[in-house]
Amino acid sequence: MAEFEPRIIAFACNWCTYAAADLAGTARVQYPPNVYIVRLMCSGMINPDYILRAFEKGADGVIVSGCHYTDCHYIDGPVKCDAMFAKVSKMMHVLGLEDERLRREMISTSEGTVFARVVKEFVDQLKKLGPSPFSSLRKEKVAV
Amino acid sequence: MNLEDIIQETKTYYCLECGKCTSVCPVAKYDPSFSPRAIIEGALLGFEDELVFNRELFSCLTCYTCKQECPSDVDFPIFVRKARSIAQDNGQRGICAHSGQLQSLARLMTSPTIKQKRLEWLSKEYSVSENSDVLFWVGCAPYFEPIFEDIEFRALDITEASLKVLNLLGIEPKLLPDEKCCGHDVLWTGDIETFKKLAEHNAAQIKEAGVKKIVFSCPEGYRTFKLDYPNYVDLDCEVQHISELLAEKIEQKGVKFKEINKKVTYQDPCRLGRHLGVYDAPRKVLESIPGIELVEMKHSGWESICCGTSAWTNCDSYSNMLRTDRLSEAVETGAELLITTCPKCQTHFRCAMVDKGEEHRSTPRIEIMDLANLVANAMGERK
Repeated sequence: MAEFEPRIIAFACNWCTYAAADLAGTARVQYPPNVYIVRLMCSGMINPDYILRAFEKGADGVIVSGCHYTDCHYIDGPVKCDAMFAKVSKMMHVLGLEDERLRREMISTSEGTVFARVVKEFVDQLKKLGPSPFSSLRKEKVAV
Repeated sequence: MNLEDIIQETKTYYCLECGKCTSVCPVAKYDPSFSPRAIIEGALLGFEDELVFNRELFSCLTCYTCKQECPSDVDFPIFVRKARSIAQDNGQRGICAHSGQLQSLARLMTSPTIKQKRLEWLSKEYSVSENSDVLFWVGCAPYFEPIFEDIEFRALDITEASLKVLNLLGIEPKLLPDEKCCGHDVLWTGDIETFKKLAEHNAAQIKEAGVKKIVFSCPEGYRTFKLDYPNYVDLDCEVQHISELLAEKIEQKGVKFKEINKKVTYQDPCRLGRHLGVYDAPRKVLESIPGIELVEMKHSGWESICCGTSAWTNCDSYSNMLRTDRLSEAVETGAELLITTCPKCQTHFRCAMVDKGEEHRSTPRIEIMDLANLVANAMGERK
């Protein structure tokens, strides 16, 4: 049997993490292809349902990443994101999801290598954990 | 299911177009574009798309006010519920409050491989028993905990108070470590498929537990078990709301309460009141606590007004107006405490009372509490 390949949804803010992922690409930094990036204008706009829906649709792990506290284009986006993330983490904990499947990161524009490292680490971690407890809800099988 | 089936099932064709439903509808009072009469009329003329793709379909509170006024006994709330399931089939999920996370939560719960940690809050203070034939339904309270922490609402307070009350009555209930959402919210937003899965899971769990009675602190779960589960699953046990249990115990042997000197008013939750006809039990419990003076609001009992949102759909400015007016009614009675028996009423009223800036400064404010909490306080400490 082929090795389990986790699927990761990364919610990345337009100004920092998305640009960092772009930088990782242009600089040819290698990282696993398991991550699907969803670009958003700010990490502060993510609402809990985005994360729940990602798991419902078959994600094995979710990264929420945006600017550092002092870099936000909208002043306090990361603070809002932290508050939302804390709520979702508690909710997912009750639901029986392993805490390691949710990851909050702050990766700024110049940190392309950091983005690659985070993805690599996360993929290794998820490979150890195996498929998410919600993976049976996934309707269609998509090859990674 | 198509529109014709729904019309047959809910006997909508009896509609006389008298418009009583629209005149009593709490939503239509604020939202001029919402009219139960017009929705029914359109459906009878066969305009399925206009019904299904109408944003207003998800505005209905399913509060049953129209149903009890209807001279032809048209079941509008059930009509709406079934129409919503057609809407779901057409990819219309409605505009859900809290970005739809509560519906997503219910859908996630249908996964058979999850291992919930839903009883982590349970402390040694409360006695529960594995062998009891009474089950206490915890419901969504452990999930509400993080969601509503910023409106200072702790749903588990109600659960803990209910457990305390049960213990003081000499009942050590059983709690299910793997109960799932009762499915009320997904059912009323039209997601029948998810509802069925949840109902089957819960029915199997209850059967395995071998209990005779289930006690609820939430009227929505109570309604779902009492009226909806029999249509989908085989459930052979008695269900009861905690207020009914208390009223029964008070009648049987009298429960000792310490004095609480407070003027209170009572909000009838639509699920407990109009859906199930339980109006007297909570009032009886309130009246038997010495020192409690119960004053009724302008609209109470069967004509009481909904808290503004149900099944977590469509919470908008109209809902907020409705809620604010209901809070004014409560304040006008001169009561210092608003008692309700539904955690969701409390969520919505508390949310309306949270200061959201200048335009909310004038919102009437009143202390709000669940009946279980008041009773737990009145029953005092455990001996």
